[in-house]
Amino acid sequence: MRNKLVFVLCVLAAGILCWQLYNILLILPNEKDQGAIYRIVYFHVPAIFTGFMGFFVALGASGMYLGTRNLKYDAFAAAVTEVSLAFATVVLATGMIWGRIIWGIWWTWDARLTTMLVCWLIYAGYLMLRRAIDEPTQRARLSAVVSIFGCTDILIVWKSIEWWRTQHPAPVLSVREGGGMAPGMEAPIYWNWLALMCLAAVLVMIRMRQENMSREIDSLRRLAHSY
Amino acid sequence: MKDLRSEFRTKEALNASFAFSVVILVLFSFAFDPSSEQMQTISGGLLWLVFSFAGALILNRSFARELQNDCLDALISSPAPAGAIFMGKTLANFLLLMIVELASLAVFAIFYDSHFGSQLGSIALVIALGTWGITVIGTMFSALTVNLRMREMMLPTLVYPLLVPALMAAMTLTTDLMNGVPFGKENMIWLRVLAGFDFIYSILAVVFIDVVLVG
Repeated sequence: MRNKLVFVLCVLAAGILCWQLYNILLILPNEKDQGAIYRIVYFHVPAIFTGFMGFFVALGASGMYLGTRNLKYDAFAAAVTEVSLAFATVVLATGMIWGRIIWGIWWTWDARLTTMLVCWLIYAGYLMLRRAIDEPTQRARLSAVVSIFGCTDILIVWKSIEWWRTQHPAPVLSVREGGGMAPGMEAPIYWNWLALMCLAAVLVMIRMRQENMSREIDSLRRLAHSY
Repeated sequence: MKDLRSEFRTKEALNASFAFSVVILVLFSFAFDPSSEQMQTISGGLLWLVFSFAGALILNRSFARELQNDCLDALISSPAPAGAIFMGKTLANFLLLMIVELASLAVFAIFYDSHFGSQLGSIALVIALGTWGITVIGTMFSALTVNLRMREMMLPTLVYPLLVPALMAAMTLTTDLMNGVPFGKENMIWLRVLAGFDFIYSILAVVFIDVVLVG
């Protein structure tokens, strides 16, 4: 059942991505000011939506773990965080490529960029912490606390965007009253978001299975040693 | 109280972190032209870097010193609630760090010819708020990392990114105050960020310390 779901989501993601790549590269015209490079937004924005959503899901899962002490939630939180960190890396990388073309620099210490980098560092620390603890329940407990602290921090840093001067383009999606994009140009963002969410779900499921298996192996090894 | 007493008996961490701050302050004079205008605009940042480095030295030892003779287990199994142990530790760290900071501030004023006398009260307020942020997060993570293999490395890696909002606010405010700009409409928002940060994390830390220390 699980395998079938993974397969279906995989096909769905691949299908949407191929269709949208065709749409983005061959059908949509260049943007008036930015030229061809604007197309990177179709991966930049969906990736950040997916990544942030993942961090919030990880927050929920960490809370659930502390509430129930069921290691299943810990495995889920770890898998989601790892995948979201990959998407956060995509956001940073695509953003830097775009910035190099449009701003002429790879990086600027703008509030949004800094927020993203801090976010990345916090969750990289989370994963490092997981590696530094051997005992599964202790690892689950401590990393859940770190996840909760980290997510709160992201929210505070996020708020500071409004207060610090920002160089990052303002939101252009119509849902946030940006209204700067032509309707045909906005749709691929949402389609790609859907595709990336499917992809993220697939990766999380695979990662979770690994996590569960490694815990099982670990407990078997402990059992073997105790004889 | 116990922490303060044992610290004042040996003064190990206090001396070490103060000496360390002075060394950093001296090193900064090689990195930047100490008499330039530039120095004025980065003074807040410099000070907070020194403070947070000095803080890491003190915080690293906060829970680690209880490992000898299994003191930590004794503390946890004592009738005192985990929140009380945590608050005691945090207050002790706060006081120690404040002492180091005020001393380094004096050294900074002498070395870098800073005139912030008129804003001294406001600066003290910012330093107190910023230090509380550092110690609350730092003590929490000191408890969290105490049993880890790479304790000394994990603590700063986890703590500094989390401190970003507090340090950002404290640096902006300190630079303003150092240059004689009082609290006003412009920088009030940062004071609120700083106070909000302290408030949120104090509550979070007290709520979660039980999970971290006891399980």
